[in-house]
Amino acid sequence: MFWRVGFEIAMAQLLNRRRQTLVSVLGVALGVGFFIATASIMRGSEEDFVDRLVNNQPHITIKDEFRNPAAQPLFLVYPEGAVSLAHTKPREYLRGIKNYAAKVEELSARPGVVAEAALTGQIIVRYANKDLSASVAGIEPEKEMQLTKVETDMKEGSLLRLRTTADGIVIGQGMATELGLHLDDLATVITPAGLVKPMKVVGIFYMGNLLLDEGQVYVLLKNAQVLLDKPFIANQIRIRLPDPNAAETVAAQLESRWSYRADSWQEVNRDILGLFVIRNAITYSIVGAIMVVASFGIFNIISTVVMEKRRDIAILMSMGFRSVDIERIFLIQGALVGVLGMVIGWAIALGLLQLLASIRFSIPGMTDRQGFVLDYGVAQFLVGGFFSLVSAIAAAWYPARKAATVRPVEIIRGAA
Amino acid sequence: MSVERPLLEARGVTRILPAIVPVTLVHDIDLVVEKGEFVSVTGPSGSGKSSLLYLLGLLDVPTSGEIFIDGIATSGLGADALAAIRLAKIGFVFQFHFLLPEFTVIENVMLPMRRLGALTMDDIRTRAGALLKDLDMSDQAEKRPDQLSGGQRQRVAIARALANDPVLILADEPTGNLDSRNSKIVQEIFAQLAREQGRTVIAVTHEESFARSTQRNVYLVDGHIARDERR
Repeated sequence: MFWRVGFEIAMAQLLNRRRQTLVSVLGVALGVGFFIATASIMRGSEEDFVDRLVNNQPHITIKDEFRNPAAQPLFLVYPEGAVSLAHTKPREYLRGIKNYAAKVEELSARPGVVAEAALTGQIIVRYANKDLSASVAGIEPEKEMQLTKVETDMKEGSLLRLRTTADGIVIGQGMATELGLHLDDLATVITPAGLVKPMKVVGIFYMGNLLLDEGQVYVLLKNAQVLLDKPFIANQIRIRLPDPNAAETVAAQLESRWSYRADSWQEVNRDILGLFVIRNAITYSIVGAIMVVASFGIFNIISTVVMEKRRDIAILMSMGFRSVDIERIFLIQGALVGVLGMVIGWAIALGLLQLLASIRFSIPGMTDRQGFVLDYGVAQFLVGGFFSLVSAIAAAWYPARKAATVRPVEIIRGAA
Repeated sequence: MSVERPLLEARGVTRILPAIVPVTLVHDIDLVVEKGEFVSVTGPSGSGKSSLLYLLGLLDVPTSGEIFIDGIATSGLGADALAAIRLAKIGFVFQFHFLLPEFTVIENVMLPMRRLGALTMDDIRTRAGALLKDLDMSDQAEKRPDQLSGGQRQRVAIARALANDPVLILADEPTGNLDSRNSKIVQEIFAQLAREQGRTVIAVTHEESFARSTQRNVYLVDGHIARDERR
């Protein structure tokens, strides 16, 4: 009964001020459009980044370290005692993970889990009288291929060639360029243990990260044990889980069980993940401000209509429209602006996303031309539309309340 | 013996505007108007004519006293209930037409019926057309209010007041803005509504000729009834 006629009245009053209505609709639409575009960039880049984190690294790395130094025996014997020891050094222990082979075997037995023992250290790669220091990782190629994306980043050669070559080494593109090394060249590897060993380049990878491309090399685990003079020792167990999100809990379990430090990818990247939270908070508050500004436009037009239409409101009331009917008429106007703003905003967002998707730019340190990674999720569109409706109706609220409190007698008396 | 209540009954109606110095608009009004009566309310300006009309039309609420409309006691009713009575039983005509400028003549007449929602859209349109025809406005139905003359607009406003077939028509200086010819036409319309359709019409006016043409005249001075004459 009310809704159809109320809707028509609301509509007619808005159409009567076409230009103003359009401006406030555009205000909302731009807000919605930019919100969606920004959210798409933010979510897209965040997902892309997390994806890289998850796929480029092991989900959990167990290291031959302990988070807390071993307690002094005295404290173990008298846990409640008032004991003070000054200048004690934590007990020295043998580096390396004890009995790593059994641990790897046990972890690998879990369904979907890939575990690999690795030994890392520092070496120097020399070629044609030029030295470059590098981090070496002694790995098992078959497992490394499943754990990280080194193999897919391989420009030439393969990790698997480490198996078929006596002393093979896999280096990065940056190092290859700097030292003038090519596939199948013999580089000299110098180790802190004083060992000098010629090794054959069996693979060149390119990850797009300067640090890794210049300073990371891979050899077989047993070669690393020789190079670093740590026979039968591994200082890392790298683990990939079927569900990357479980990494934190699994890491905590493993650490409490074996007491070796177990870092999940979330823990390692906590600062970056934390930055995402801050970044999102900043963007969303800026976009929120846009919506607030847009809703002032709506507030403005509906207040104007209410002021101008006081006589019409009075006559509608004398006709028998209730206060709440009048309030609804103006809320409908707000909602109409919101809905229009939402739809046009969606169109603007689609246009913006098209535009953003076509942009390419280069980031120093990343040699590839990069583009925005966009997330075309429906969620942003829904949230943007929701914001539009809510801000529009909220902006209409106060003027609508004012309209509902119009006392027809005063208006009619004033006009007569 | 069944006692039929009068159509409109005011008992001790007083309206005081709260202020630092309270203003008494009307004081202790007792008025009984039967069905089909055509009553004019006159009095010097500031005597409370319009205030009384708004009180009788439930646009304003008395500070004390009781108003019965068609047997319904209205004191203590909420604003929504009063609006519902206005919608179904009362038609207002003001000095200014107060038509909604965004709507055509016929749409304006249809508004109260659509709000009431008792008829289908087709029936509403038919009835609005018939009302306009009765007031000789059929050919203006699709025009906008600002394309009409003052007299025509007032006739549309009357048609709108009649839309929901009200038992009570309240008019506040309905001819105040019209030339004498149009004023005569409007007076005649009101007289017909009372005489032929049995509606109760109460019109506030300051025009002597209008007041003389009604069956009954209530003369207000300083917010109370000084004379109540029937002819």
